Order: sequence, then C-alpha cells, then structure tokens
Amino acid sequence: MIASLSLILLCQLAGEVIVRGLGLPMPGPVLGLMFLLWLLLARDRFNILARGPLAGGGVETTSRGLLAHLSLLFVPAGVGVVQKLDLVAAHGLAFAAVLALSVVLTLLATVGTFLVASRLMLREKKSAP
Amino acid sequence: MNDNPFALWVYLSQSPLLWLTVTLLTYAIADAVSLKTNRNPLANPVLHSMWVIGVFLLLTGTSYTTYFGGAQFVHFLLGPATVALAVPLYENRMQVAAAILPMLAALAVGSVTAIISVVWLAEAAGLPRTVVLSLAPKSVTAGVAMGISESLHADPSLTAVAVVLTGIIGAIIVTPLMNRFGITDFRARGFAVGIAAHGIGTARAFQVDAVAGVFAGIAMSLNALVTSLLVPLAVTLLVR
Repeated sequence: MIASLSLILLCQLAGEVIVRGLGLPMPGPVLGLMFLLWLLLARDRFNILARGPLAGGGVETTSRGLLAHLSLLFVPAGVGVVQKLDLVAAHGLAFAAVLALSVVLTLLATVGTFLVASRLMLREKKSAP
Repeated sequence: MNDNPFALWVYLSQSPLLWLTVTLLTYAIADAVSLKTNRNPLANPVLHSMWVIGVFLLLTGTSYTTYFGGAQFVHFLLGPATVALAVPLYENRMQVAAAILPMLAALAVGSVTAIISVVWLAEAAGLPRTVVLSLAPKSVTAGVAMGISESLHADPSLTAVAVVLTGIIGAIIVTPLMNRFGITDFRARGFAVGIAAHGIGTARAFQVDAVAGVFAGIAMSLNALVTSLLVPLAVTLLVR
C-alpha cells in the first residue's frame, strides 16, 4: 500500500516537475494520470515492469480506495464559502441561478453530442462493406 | 485539570487534529445518511458536510484559515486522486477506445458550452467583473480551476466555491435530468456529468453505474486539460 501510494505520488510529482519546468498550460496531476496509465499499459507488454506496486493489483487497490470517497476531497474547498458570505448576501441568488443554468446547458450539450456522434459512428460502420 | 475551561478549546481549535476530525466525521455521517436514503441526489454528502461545517465554524468564530490547517490533508489528496483515475481508465480501456470519437466530439462541445454559458449568463445577471472571471473555470476540478483563476487575476477562493457548488448542482441534477430525457446510455450520461461537474459529478456517477463513473472520470481529466487552454482565450473574447 505504501509502495502503491508512493508510485501515485511519484507520477504526480513527475507531472508537476514537467509542467512547471516546461511551462505547459496543463495541470500536473493530469500529466501524472497519463504516466500511471502508460505504466499500467507498459506492464502488460513488458514482464520486467510487473513488480512492486505494479504486480498483484497493488496500485489498482490503492487507487480504488482513493476514488471510493472522491467527493470527501472537495469538502475543504467547499467550506471556503464561509469566507464569501458578503458575496452570498449580495449576489447569492444570481450566482446559484447562473451556475445551475450553465450546468444544465453543459449536461445537455455534452450528452447530445455524445449520442449523435456515437450513432453516426455506428451508421458508418454498418454501411462500410 | 486546567484552571481555565477555555484553555483546552483554545489549544484544540488551533490544532489540525480537531479540524481534520470534524471534516472526516461530518462527511462520514453525511455519507451514511446518503446511503440510508438509497443515494438520493438531494442527500449529497458534500453539500450537507459543507453547510454543517460552515455553521460550526461561524458558531465557534473559527477562521477558514485555521480550519484549513487541518482540512488541507484531505484537500491535498485531490491531486493523487486525479492520478488514480488512470486505474479505472486502464481497466475499461476497450470500452473507452471504442467510444473515442463520440468522446472527443462531446468534450469539444461540452467544455466550450461550460465556459461560454457561464460567462454570458453571469454578465447578463449583472455580476461584477471579478465574479464573472472567477466563474469561468467552474466546471473543472478545484485545483486546476484555482490555478486558472489565479492566472486571470480573478479570485481563486471564490472560484473554489463556484467549483464545489457547480459539482453539487451537477450531481443533484444529472439523474433526474437524464431520466427525464430518456437517456439510457450510461457512457454518455457519465461523460456529460464529468464535463459539467468534475469530481463531485464523477463521484455521483460511480454511485449510479460503474461504466458511467469511468466515463465521468475520463471526461473530468480531459476537461481539466482543455479548459486550462480555453478559458484564457474565451475570457479575452467574451469579457469586456
């Protein structure tokens, strides 16, 4: 478990170092995600990598543990609303309404595009000889 | 025993131990309630933990900075949790590879809609300029959004609040909305909530369906990538 956690942190660290070092406009943890994914895929191909946290489902179990309570991790940032009570009093309703409307629009636009695109793809596959 | 009954409180209220315990305990109770209600969207554990802890801080006159001294250990895990999303992605790689085109199309449309709609709506509602700027990256995960907000000279702590509220709204709304429109493709449902409502939406998606959770996780990480590129562009084009 410690080795798995270290591997996850190492991926994040490598991501941060590269993002900061090269001034890339992307978040370090996202690059870390790509590193871990690459390691998992490489392990299936090269047996030599299948050791430590990459063997016997070590890093998989730890990751699942971290993700099981993903929403807990947002609580500290959310409590930050106590610092913004003046703003809530002044614009709270507009603020919430704007966010809610934008969320609904985003959900519908995304789900619609996904469904249309996957239907187009299916049709193309069927019409192909 | 202590002479002053407040001495213990003064000591504890400054230590990370108390605030970390309060955060975990409140969440554990909120999560148990959510489980009892069969994961009713309105029993969202983040929403209820947030106001309970907030009220507790106000009643005890504790500053957010003091609270964060303890809660930062939880907050820190947002980064490693993002890296950990590689695992569900790896385990469902066949399904993901099969849906790569619909995902890219939905990502493009979804991330642009998320930014433009919130900037336009906020301007139409007459919100002040700093608020508009702070709202722009609201659909990506907290750490990333705060970074974007900082680079725009907006208010990162306001962005964090907007991000969490967006996530909660998305997590509450997604199930009834998708059922209302009769959408049964859990890949599409998950992907949409990951774009619109990042990690809180993803957590909700994992509660509903494993495949939806995976697609939400991918959407969330792709959106973090795209939004950090798009928001600065959108802001120069849209905000006067």
